[in-house]
Amino acid sequence: METIVKKRIKQVKKGDQNAFGEIVELYKDRVYHVCFRMLGNKQEAEDAAQEAFIRAYMNISSFNEDLKFSTWIFRIATNLCIDRIRKKKPDYYLDAEVSGTDGLTMYSQIASDAPLPEKELESQELQETIQQEILKLPEKYRSAIVLKYIEELSLNEISEILDLPLGTVKTRIHRGREALRKQLRHV
Amino acid sequence: MKCPEQIVEWMHDYLDGDIDREDQQKLNEHLQSCKECEAIFYQLKKTITLVQGISQIKAPPNFTENVLARLPKEKKKVSAKRWLQHHPVLAAASVFFILMIGSLLSTWNQDHEFSVSKQNNLVVKNNTVIVPKGKVVKGDVIVRNGKLKIEGEVQGDVTVINGEKYLASAGHVTGEIEEVNEVFDWLWFYMKKTAKDVVNIFESNKTEK
Ligand SMILES: [Zn+2]
Repeated sequence: METIVKKRIKQVKKGDQNAFGEIVELYKDRVYHVCFRMLGNKQEAEDAAQEAFIRAYMNISSFNEDLKFSTWIFRIATNLCIDRIRKKKPDYYLDAEVSGTDGLTMYSQIASDAPLPEKELESQELQETIQQEILKLPEKYRSAIVLKYIEELSLNEISEILDLPLGTVKTRIHRGREALRKQLRHV
Repeated sequence: MKCPEQIVEWMHDYLDGDIDREDQQKLNEHLQSCKECEAIFYQLKKTITLVQGISQIKAPPNFTENVLARLPKEKKKVSAKRWLQHHPVLAAASVFFILMIGSLLSTWNQDHEFSVSKQNNLVVKNNTVIVPKGKVVKGDVIVRNGKLKIEGEVQGDVTVINGEKYLASAGHVTGEIEEVNEVFDWLWFYMKKTAKDVVNIFESNKTEK
């Protein structure tokens, strides 16, 4: 896959937008998913993921071809998400509540639409709980945890994406894991 | 029993797959004998399983189209190039056409000097060509970048390219008279001539056979 991507990037560097469309197709789900788990809101996740790709396109000339494209696009996306989280920090609690109710309305819809088997409903609730606990993590732990356990990337890749020493990445993952453990131990 | 200071650190190292044998042994030994640490270790592993088990979600529909729609407009040059790459035959044809027009235009541009076809009885005075009264010029007369005055008779076609033609009342032309002044007229004339030449080549080939 990487060779196709490299070829497409050469075309994009010449300004070919169709080639860029192929790259977006290849990475859109992963980038969107990371943004969604970072931000906890579909609309915001879509905005952030789109912006990440647009920035990648605009800065494609500065893309170092020795790097994996995924590393680069994840770096842009996580930076954008972290910026967004920081910007809305003052009403952090309000936002948390809003996304909480968002989730609740989703449940009530599901519950009223079709009676789901109890197990499935349970797992929906569990999913929402886990998502909410991830969202409670400070953004620096959150990005490390999302990349590690949702994208299942190696510590080395995460250290490249976040542009941090390996030791720092480990510390963040340890702290994130520890915080999640405390929140999820009774689940 | 007192828990070793680094016990939690060892757990994390273990979960990172980054623990040395000695530490792992110490960790195992302690976990076997300490219920509290065992519980913490179990909770950590469960947490990871829970987070990993969160369902994968896909980007919303039309995601790629929406991204492309937000990009600045593509340079014409690139889309033309891509089009050419996808239509090689048309590409070859258009390249040929462009080259042909190009060479014709450059011929036109270089072609500002006065010239006239060589025939008996033609008189040339400063950029003006005269067919004198009472004289007969045989063959096609072509004048470029100059004037042509016809007071006698031309037995053939007359073409004036980028110039003027004056036909006196006594003057007479047996063939066609054509004046070419604009680039496109000239191109048209040139192409007709080329076509005629091509046809002539085929016809002479036929007669040779
Ligand atoms: Zn212990």
